[in-house]
Amino acid sequence: MDEITKLILDSVPFLAKGTAYTLGLSLGSMTLGLALGFAVAFMRLSPLRLFNWPAKFFISFIRGTPLIVQLFLIYYGLPEFGIRLDPIPAALLGLSLNVGGYTGEILRGAIGAIERSHWEAAYSIGMTPFQAMRRSILPQAIRIALPSLGNTFLSLLKDTAIAATIQVPELFRQAQLISARTYEIFAMYISAAVIYWIFSTGLSWLQNRLEKRANRHLRAA
Amino acid sequence: MNMIEVRDLHKTFEKNDVLKGIDLVVKKGEVLAIIGPSGSGKTTLLRCLNLLETPSSGSIRVANITIDTALPLAKQKRDIRKLRQHAGFVFQNFNLFPHRTVLENITEGPIIVKGEEPAVAEKRARYLLKKVGMANKESAYPSALSGGQQQRVAIARALAMEPDVILFDEPTSALDPELVGEVLAVIRNLAEEHRTMIIVTHEMAFARDVADRVIFMAEGRIVEEAPAKEFFSDPKKERTRKFLKKILEEA
Repeated sequence: MDEITKLILDSVPFLAKGTAYTLGLSLGSMTLGLALGFAVAFMRLSPLRLFNWPAKFFISFIRGTPLIVQLFLIYYGLPEFGIRLDPIPAALLGLSLNVGGYTGEILRGAIGAIERSHWEAAYSIGMTPFQAMRRSILPQAIRIALPSLGNTFLSLLKDTAIAATIQVPELFRQAQLISARTYEIFAMYISAAVIYWIFSTGLSWLQNRLEKRANRHLRAA
Repeated sequence: MNMIEVRDLHKTFEKNDVLKGIDLVVKKGEVLAIIGPSGSGKTTLLRCLNLLETPSSGSIRVANITIDTALPLAKQKRDIRKLRQHAGFVFQNFNLFPHRTVLENITEGPIIVKGEEPAVAEKRARYLLKKVGMANKESAYPSALSGGQQQRVAIARALAMEPDVILFDEPTSALDPELVGEVLAVIRNLAEEHRTMIIVTHEMAFARDVADRVIFMAEGRIVEEAPAKEFFSDPKKERTRKFLKKILEEA
């Protein structure tokens, strides 16, 4: 067995551990971020300034500042105010807020794109605004939002690598540590790259399936 | 018994008075056609009747539900929703739920709004689909249907709520000419069942044949109203005669 193969085999447990963190962080912040995104979108659509102004501010800040700066603010900055978070919770918080800002804006746009006539159709049979939103507007808006949401989640999967800068032992961090120890720099980073690539491809595939499903009512029977 | 009573209804958009005091009574089982030039306020009047448009002043009663703009409307939301269940609305552009099948479009209101058992709602939906001649399309999506078919499903959707009144807002205006007939035939059948209906329409021959009474509106007011036959054979007002003459010349 040549040296490189042995090295890669030796590093499998570390890379696997890193991959587990990467996936956990991705799924966790995807879920929390999407939930936050809905909240932000509804606040942003509210006619009350009390709700829409903070949402506007939040979206603007998240989209207007680098993710790495946001993570540093949380992990290195907050301790100055007595809020000390471990690397993983800090990364989860930072990534969720980031995803929340982006998906909030995507969902707001999609909900706003649904024509008034669809609200009226729901109201005309006696629905409440909540029922109209849930039964008619949201399902249509999510269809519109799916491609952009998919792209955001794809970016998120790769952006978890930035969590390495706040000591999260995810995939990229593991590759860094192994390559520092063994000097097999290219081999380690290409392994990490391939693993990101595999999961990105899986996510894209899932996105395509969901889009097809969401669009099935548009195919002529 | 009067099914609908409208008292001194006004509607102002910005500074534009669209309805300038409408009083209207519709008897149970009566078919009323509203005609008039575009911009006369006829569609706005119809939309005010089920509060899709908020009246600036006046009161509206449908069946046993009264909405009075003298009181804050925010406190009458529940009544407004109840009124809408009593007053089915058929839109010019159909407005079906695009992500739901034909059957789901019809059962949506009964199941979600009225809390009916799905099996009961589906049974009625199938009966109604048969009635509007769409029985073989229950699992199609609206995008796969012609305009005339969509409008017939929309009528079935309105009927599914078992309303006391059906309001039609230019139900054939968005249709290709060859599809108008199938929709009018469905409405004609409903008229023969003596359902209370208000139809805003440009189809004069249809109004004459199907309506019991015709109202002619212009500039936000009711100019003339008369039994349908009389209205078309012997219009009293100069404004009405001019309008009918113009329409007939165009036809």
